Amino acid sequence: MAKITLDKIAHSYLPYPKTDADFALKEIDHVWEDGGAYALLGPSGCGKTTLLNIISGLLVPSLGNLLFDKQDVTHLAPEQRNIAEVFQFPVVYDTMTVAENLAFPLVNRRIPRDEITKRVSAALDMLDLTDKANRKAQGLTADEKQKISLGRGLVRYDVNAILFDEPLTVIDPHMKWQLRTELKALHRRFGHTMIYVTHDQTEALTFADKVVVMYEGEVVQIGTPEELFDDPAHTFVGYFIGSPGMNVLPCDVAGDKLTLGGREITLGRRYPKMSGKTEVGVRPEFVRLAPAGQGAAGGLPITVTAVEDIGRFKIVRAQLQGHSFDAVLPEGSEVPAEASAVVDPARLKIYHDSHLVRGTA
Amino acid sequence: MTLVLQNVSKQVGVEEHIRDVSLTLEKGSLNVLLGPTLSGKTSLMRLMAGLDRPTSGDILVDGKSVVGMPVQRRQVAMVYQQFINYPTLSVYDNIASPMRVAGADKATIDRKVRAAAELLKLTPYLERTPLNLSGGQQQRTAIARALVKDAKLVLLDEPLANLDYKLREELRVELPRLFGETGAVFVYATTEPQEALLLGGRTATLAEGRVTQFGTTIDVYSRPTDLTTAQTFSDPPLNVVPMVKAGGQLRYDDKTIAAPAGTESLADGPYTVAIRPHHLMLHRPAGAALEVTAAVSTTEITGSESFVHLEHGGSRWVALTHGVHRVEVGDKVPVYLDPAGFLVFDAQQRLVAAPAGQSAAPGMRA
Repeated sequence: MAKITLDKIAHSYLPYPKTDADFALKEIDHVWEDGGAYALLGPSGCGKTTLLNIISGLLVPSLGNLLFDKQDVTHLAPEQRNIAEVFQFPVVYDTMTVAENLAFPLVNRRIPRDEITKRVSAALDMLDLTDKANRKAQGLTADEKQKISLGRGLVRYDVNAILFDEPLTVIDPHMKWQLRTELKALHRRFGHTMIYVTHDQTEALTFADKVVVMYEGEVVQIGTPEELFDDPAHTFVGYFIGSPGMNVLPCDVAGDKLTLGGREITLGRRYPKMSGKTEVGVRPEFVRLAPAGQGAAGGLPITVTAVEDIGRFKIVRAQLQGHSFDAVLPEGSEVPAEASAVVDPARLKIYHDSHLVRGTA
Repeated sequence: MTLVLQNVSKQVGVEEHIRDVSLTLEKGSLNVLLGPTLSGKTSLMRLMAGLDRPTSGDILVDGKSVVGMPVQRRQVAMVYQQFINYPTLSVYDNIASPMRVAGADKATIDRKVRAAAELLKLTPYLERTPLNLSGGQQQRTAIARALVKDAKLVLLDEPLANLDYKLREELRVELPRLFGETGAVFVYATTEPQEALLLGGRTATLAEGRVTQFGTTIDVYSRPTDLTTAQTFSDPPLNVVPMVKAGGQLRYDDKTIAAPAGTESLADGPYTVAIRPHHLMLHRPAGAALEVTAAVSTTEITGSESFVHLEHGGSRWVALTHGVHRVEVGDKVPVYLDPAGFLVFDAQQRLVAAPAGQSAAPGMRA
């Protein structure tokens, strides 16, 4: 297991990149802790697979260096990096038994036979596959095959990292829960450095200690699920994390005063003068509704267009000055026919050119 | 049109894929088929489309049997989970193809292709071939082709399963609206309860080839008529707890609590209580609740909510709580079973009591 240092790494698929736009992966300078569980999250085309390929060694970055602990591995081939990878589709040898599949990487590395037996039986136990040890892999279900792919990484005690590339794509929804839970428990027990690529927010947030959110080749935020939810550093994070995403609306900010929907709201913090695009963001979970005209000074004039009752909560779809504005209300809440939106000023986030501005106390 | 299935069964070899299904799908309605893989969703859609013939039972369109009528004459459009397009044709020609087959004139074709492309955000890609598009764009091409067809019956089989979730969010709102305007019978298959709830309309839950319940989506969710339906309609999984009713009390694990409203007339004896994860509390609720101690097996934090997986007396439970709830794996924590959230099933697993709660949402949909 290793600490992974991304030392000013950037990548372009063009031979002579000139502008920023030529880079599929813009400069990233970060250290990922030994034993951490990281998720790379973003829509297709955001650069997450490029970054994963750089770490696995399928791609040499145009700029920068990659270090596993203190060793520079930038130019090492994948097989020299001592990493394990689990792909979207399970890779198993159908004609081998489950146990033989797990033993395979150890046999290749000429590990003594009794050591192999020991490790394989430990892995079978961990993955709950002991009773299928001598079955051919052929007849197994997709999630069992995916467990074998993972197990081949687990038997190698010295791997620097285990990489996952959308590993739950072919798994049934109810099995996803179980597999994700098991993966999480394994991580807690053995402390492998794990890097998990996905476009699914739930998978990323539930799996990772730290989520790396990527957008158009750029890492826009690295944070815990809580940080991404409470304090999105970029409007894209606000939109992409959470369902529905954050409400983001153009506004005016002067000092500690926000003007939105014809109302002035006193923010808890002061902001510098900003030229360019100024927006305010608030998560639908932090919006409450009051009958129109009521509610404290924060009451914003909204027009409710639809209410979706989805059981454990309601999504209220509304408009505020021509922009969509959603609220998420707890189960059983009443929705006033004529409503105004009430928000806690502490939950309002100010964005300048899409980036969070924190202001001063 | 109105589509009626009367006691439809489909047997393939020795296996029964569809068992005695009766459904009435009204003109202009949105109908969700909800069930896990292999529960019969696709088989049922193929029967509706006329791609397969039922082993027994009848299928009626506006009162007339259509069994045996070839699919080409049925005005049906179908979209599959795996996007299917003509790889050598441009996006434009892909969308145009059903109208060309139907012999529409050039101007009509052009107008409708461009309108559909605009709605599905495909205008910049009309000249490309599908293989040069992302998965989402390929699926939108397949959907556009179904849209221009003016079909009377639109069947979508997990159409968004392979797309990234922000795109799903968007299309999930758009699709019912797009097809709703055409007045077609709209049928949408999914494995995900959340998706059914977001779509609204009416839901038929499927289990092992049988329709276990059919009704307004939120009603099926709130008042599942049997335990199987309740389980089909719960993600994360439902917590199932055996309890015994005795003299106005429910007993579990040597603890008792006043039985919830609606159970007064029930005979004493064993019942199955199902509790949705958001009704399994880690904080003491306002009213009385059954308190038990469970071991934490893992926690998952999404930022706004936490899933806490628990073990109690050999059963696995999951609690869904608001906010971030930090507990260590292995910790023993108090868990509160709030009777206000109990779905109570009898020995035959039929629903006998459900939370009074909310009636269906008033029609505020714009």
